[in-house]
Amino acid sequence: MTAGAGNAFGAYVARVARAGQLVVQPRMGFGRPEAMRAGLLAVRAASVTSVGTLTVDSFTRVGLHDAARRALDEGRALNGYPIVTHAPATNRAVLDGAVGPEFPVQVRHGSSRPQAIISALTLAGLDTTEGGPVSYCLPYGRTGLRESVRNWRESCELLTRVRQRGAEPHLETFGGCMMGQLCPPSLLVALSLLEALFFCQHGLRSVSLSYAQQTDTGQDEQAVRALRVLAGELLAGVEWHVVVYTYMGVYPRSRGGALLLLEEAVTLAVRTGAARVIVKTVSEAHRLPTIAENVEALEVASLAARTVERAADDADNEVLVEARGLVERVLDLREDVGEALIEAFTRGFLDVPYCLHPDNRRRSGSCIDIDGRLRWTSVGAMPIPKPAVMGRPHSLTADGLLTSLTYVQRKFDGLALASG
Amino acid sequence: MHRLNVVLTTTASDSHTWNLIYLELLLQEWGHAVTNLGPCMPPELLLRRCRELTPDLVVVSSVNGLGFGEARTLIPLLRDCPELAETPVVIGGKLGTGVEDEAAEAAELRAAGFDLVVNDSDGLGPFRDFVESMCLRVLR
Ligand code: B12
Repeated sequence: MTAGAGNAFGAYVARVARAGQLVVQPRMGFGRPEAMRAGLLAVRAASVTSVGTLTVDSFTRVGLHDAARRALDEGRALNGYPIVTHAPATNRAVLDGAVGPEFPVQVRHGSSRPQAIISALTLAGLDTTEGGPVSYCLPYGRTGLRESVRNWRESCELLTRVRQRGAEPHLETFGGCMMGQLCPPSLLVALSLLEALFFCQHGLRSVSLSYAQQTDTGQDEQAVRALRVLAGELLAGVEWHVVVYTYMGVYPRSRGGALLLLEEAVTLAVRTGAARVIVKTVSEAHRLPTIAENVEALEVASLAARTVERAADDADNEVLVEARGLVERVLDLREDVGEALIEAFTRGFLDVPYCLHPDNRRRSGSCIDIDGRLRWTSVGAMPIPKPAVMGRPHSLTADGLLTSLTYVQRKFDGLALASG
Repeated sequence: MHRLNVVLTTTASDSHTWNLIYLELLLQEWGHAVTNLGPCMPPELLLRRCRELTPDLVVVSSVNGLGFGEARTLIPLLRDCPELAETPVVIGGKLGTGVEDEAAEAAELRAAGFDLVVNDSDGLGPFRDFVESMCLRVLR
């Protein structure tokens, strides 16, 4: 692998988009170097337009590198690749001949203290990763928001050092996925945008903005369009694209249901002009996917993409109105986006439903409406018009929560059953 | 039925919280008092919190696939502490990544000191029975 021009992840996605195609990407990570390399090579060899993923394990995410070492020594399976624990030479060997401008690789991690991961990935010749000061903090553990903002500031600075070897770093927001499920789209769009602005304030010039498929296609289309409109306005002079995540909540159990939901995510992406999709596999509801299951998902996704066309934008878009209100309120607080985010959470101008983190006010609530759309049941102090309370203000029960969490699972398992 | 003081927790590496929110509601509906310690719980901190709270029952939930391994390092810590040596400790969720021998791993965890080990496919039955039988025991 040549260090020279690096991955050029953003440029690659832009090139594919100009050719009218969609980039598909797995969420894949294995503990052992041989398995990780085999996974990358299998994705590269598949006849799909894809980028590679190296997903980091949970020990490394929270900085428990000794535990990762022990698991490797004892031959226990990890749920991702421990990039900090494996030697730099091992990391480079895993990537050698796999990664390059025709097959950029992104590191996916989920850490609120990512400095060691960023150092390891840049040392391995990579320059593309994802996350964000809010999205890898609030739903990801015990780190305080202020500390996470500091860590992410440092991480952006570490990542931009790859420019010294002529590479252009790329960073994707995870803000479009808060909690994986039951977060109303306007807040996802706002957080994704604010994290992208944070990255740019700390030197990034190539970013992507995520949005995770939720419960209703119409609402999701509004959300992706809202994200593109706001990015167009706020990210002048920056190379950016939108990435759609296939549903990140409780997944259909059946093979048919799982693939239908994946196809729906692809449809969402193509209709709204998103450039990239991250897939989920048929084993999502059950256990970690195999390499073959990942390749299958990529093939299904890229086939589905060919049957759909870009659709015209809706004239009115309520997600855009709400998201714009949130973003503007936060940006009005402070010049520095990181400080603005901290203040916004303290004052409850941003407030993520169901999020247990102590730095989240926990005064917002959400539910799935009878038409399948995600709605606010309470907005706390967020600058969103008070919700028309749906039915009676519900007191949450275990069963009621599970019913909401499994709405998409039941819908798609049902559809698969009905279509035989 | 007797009201139990339950400590609800997870492993050090696991950041999933929907499982914790769900189990908290469930145990409350069954009539128990729950202290939900939140995601990514380091074992040393769990030990400290348990010594403060002296729960009747400790419920560990892990779904990220590293549960079998982390549970092994967790349980001796609790069992070696005199106040917690006898406290019922239950673990459940998605404890492996799909490649482990689940029955063997579960048996090892029971031998190491867990009172009940349930995996996703077991459903809620065994857990409900266990908690109910605990209430009866406490009543006697
Ligand atoms: C939502 C979700 C997330 C969200 C979590 C947001 C949050 N704050 O909670 C996000 C996107 C952040 C996330 C992150 C990750 N996730 Co995740 N996630 C899921 C997903 C899609 C749904 C989980 C959920 O919300 N379930 C709803 C709750 C209520 O139910 P539950 O957790 O399934 O638990 C049920 C039972 O297991 C049981 N139960 C649970 N605990 C206990 C305990 C006892 C005592 C009892 C009796 C019962 C019990 O009760 C529940 C109700 O039936 C699942 C896959 C799926 N199920 O579709 C993957 C999944 C759990 N995630 C997984 C992984 C690996 C991760 C990551 C490591 C990233 C990665 N490599 O893919 C990170 C975690 C980082 C870390 N440090 O641990 C894997 C675990 C693999 C395995 N075990 O084999 C899964 C299965 C996906 C997969 N197939 O790969 N995830």
